[in-house]
Amino acid sequence: MNRLQAVVTILLVGLATAIGVSAQAPSPAAPAAAPPARAAQAPAGNAEAGKKLFVSYGCYQCHGYEAQGSSATGPRLGPRPLQFAALSKYVRAPTGQMPPYTAKVLPEADLTIIYAFLQSRPAPQAVEDIPLLK
Amino acid sequence: MTKQPSVNRRDFLKSAAATSAAAGAAAFVPAAAVNAQTPAASVPAAAPIAPRETDPPGEAEVLTTDRPGGDFMVDVLKALNFEYVASNPGSSFRGIHESIINYGGNAAPEFLTCCHEESSVAMAHGYFKAEGKPMAVLCHGTVGMQHAAMAIYNAYCDRVPVYILAGNSLDATMRRPGVEWAHSVQDAAAMVRDFIKWDDLPFSLPHFAESAVRAYKIAMTPPMMPVLVVLDGGLQEDPISEEVKARLRIPRLTLTTPPQGDSGAVAEAARLLVNAQNPVIVADRVARTPAGMTRLIELAETLQAPVIDQGGRMNFPSRHPLNHSNGGRALIANADVILGLELTDFWGTVDAFRDALVRSSRSIVKPGTKLISINANDLYTKGNYQDFQRYPEVDIAMAADAEATLPALIEACKRLMTADRQRALQERGKKLAETHQNAMDRARAEAAYAWDASPISTARMAAELWAQIKNEDWSLVSESGNVSGWPMRLWNFDKPYRHFGDSGGAGVGYGAPAAVGAALSNRKRGRLSLTIQGDGDFMYAPGVWWTAAHHKIPLLAVMHNNRAYHQEVMHLQRMAGRHQRGITRAHIGTTIDNPNIDYAKIAQGMGVHAQGPIANANDLGPAIKRALEVVKRGEPSLIDVVTQPR
Repeated sequence: MNRLQAVVTILLVGLATAIGVSAQAPSPAAPAAAPPARAAQAPAGNAEAGKKLFVSYGCYQCHGYEAQGSSATGPRLGPRPLQFAALSKYVRAPTGQMPPYTAKVLPEADLTIIYAFLQSRPAPQAVEDIPLLK
Repeated sequence: MTKQPSVNRRDFLKSAAATSAAAGAAAFVPAAAVNAQTPAASVPAAAPIAPRETDPPGEAEVLTTDRPGGDFMVDVLKALNFEYVASNPGSSFRGIHESIINYGGNAAPEFLTCCHEESSVAMAHGYFKAEGKPMAVLCHGTVGMQHAAMAIYNAYCDRVPVYILAGNSLDATMRRPGVEWAHSVQDAAAMVRDFIKWDDLPFSLPHFAESAVRAYKIAMTPPMMPVLVVLDGGLQEDPISEEVKARLRIPRLTLTTPPQGDSGAVAEAARLLVNAQNPVIVADRVARTPAGMTRLIELAETLQAPVIDQGGRMNFPSRHPLNHSNGGRALIANADVILGLELTDFWGTVDAFRDALVRSSRSIVKPGTKLISINANDLYTKGNYQDFQRYPEVDIAMAADAEATLPALIEACKRLMTADRQRALQERGKKLAETHQNAMDRARAEAAYAWDASPISTARMAAELWAQIKNEDWSLVSESGNVSGWPMRLWNFDKPYRHFGDSGGAGVGYGAPAAVGAALSNRKRGRLSLTIQGDGDFMYAPGVWWTAAHHKIPLLAVMHNNRAYHQEVMHLQRMAGRHQRGITRAHIGTTIDNPNIDYAKIAQGMGVHAQGPIANANDLGPAIKRALEVVKRGEPSLIDVVTQPR
């Protein structure tokens, strides 16, 4: 990691807890699918359409095309994203390094569709099942 | 080209030719041995003198000389033990160029053919960090310096000595009409003087010898920086007169001992560190030599204190239980004593800054936390370029070289250590080891996300690379791709040459040439050099790949091709989000697509083995294997990998 990355990383640590998935420090074994209660609270949305919006609105820039996150730029957002209300609140008025995405440029309806994409992210393979990560 | 010289110049040439014939062609041996810098090869013996035709009587024009000033300049470069001189050829230094390849035998220094002066300097930059001694660079004092400037700035910010020799033509009445005027300048160093340490314009060969040795010494004294010696064309090309020959000598070089911290300050720092409950060591450019890493390990283990390695150099092993580089902020926030070693930015280490519409900052350390700085930068700070960062309010500031100060600090800490204190520190060390292991486990778990994604995740790319290099004597010579720190999180960086830090000034275009320069140093040691090559960086001066192929420099380059100047994509998106006029157009002016660049084809066109673009993660491992076979044969090889943004 170069020093620029290091500084960005330090700055983004707070953001991770604010907007990222509920468990930023997963156990080595990958987490299971989203808990039913959390999924039930999510608004409806089309995951495929959400993937396109995730790219066109630039979310991928810091969080990756698969919402997997980066230690340098932005936390992992899925699977198991924050509850929609909390995520929406943060996106509109972030307290960390993330730029604000107001309803003027990112309508609530589109955010809902993006949320469906985040929910649809598959759980990763367990580390134990990936030879290169053992 | 034959020109009609003035009477004075012709008389001088005649006189010099005569004295040269009388004096023979003996090489100019250094007046005294060079301390610690004795050249490996002795100065070559003089060539036998061919029988000379008798000059016809009258005003015959002297057309040849067998002893130009450039030869003596080469003697000086040999005495300073330069292995290489990197250069894009230029007429303002044609004299010394010819002396290097013929008189000097093109060995020590060997001429490295570069396609851009920025490449020459950045190659020298990377070479120094692998080799520990400077590479010389030859360039035009005008157009060459202008090309070289950004790379010189990177080296300056990275505190790396690059030894620059710039050609110039001082005597206006002796310049060829046309281009030579455009390539001449009153003060060649002026445009870079703000970001070099020292420069000179020698007026004679004895002056050159003294300045050349002085420049070397100054460049190598911490804080190390580039230096510049301007070479007048006449001084290079004209014969050496008998009068000058009698005065030629090469001064002895004695490198300056790096300054240690004041003994009282060292003692106070040790007292604070030993008694601290939660000390933290932060390192940036500490490991100036391989000894630096060993000393930092000893200090950390003595104190059982966590180390945050900011990565300016290979300071601390990535898998050492006291390496807590990934948990930096929490440790800083909880620390009662913070030791900063050669930090570029102490303020930024202990303060948070928010890049919002209203920019704001706040301290992240607890009130009363003691800050100790050991930094050679305090010995030499310039004003115009602002790389010195915000002013840090520290409690102890040692203007000293950190690596040189560590032995005294370790000794002082050990003297203060009681049995009770040692037991407490051991307990602290156990907890830190546990935290370190958890961080490594978390990194592997995070790497599993988007494992099979296309574009390929940077974690997957790092893991695929690690699988095939971990049993080699590898060296990550450069990392211009921004891959979220995955190599440091997944690989075992355990030796001083495992990486060499970054560009220093964040001037894009450093990555490829620095990698080639460092790989050149690694070549003779049989190390496997690899670089993670950014796509934006690749396009600055891609001719350096031809240089790698031409000089047979083995290097594995794996591209982090996110098809963008991605840092700028994010900056633009920040502006768009802030201004609320649309957030879907940040790609305009920031992305490198439509058409996508075929980097493999470019590299192949310059004689480099290359593969790609590869966007399927399962294709990456076999590609790396094929590339390694080429690199092990002694050639460069490039793999274009289409990746996630970060």
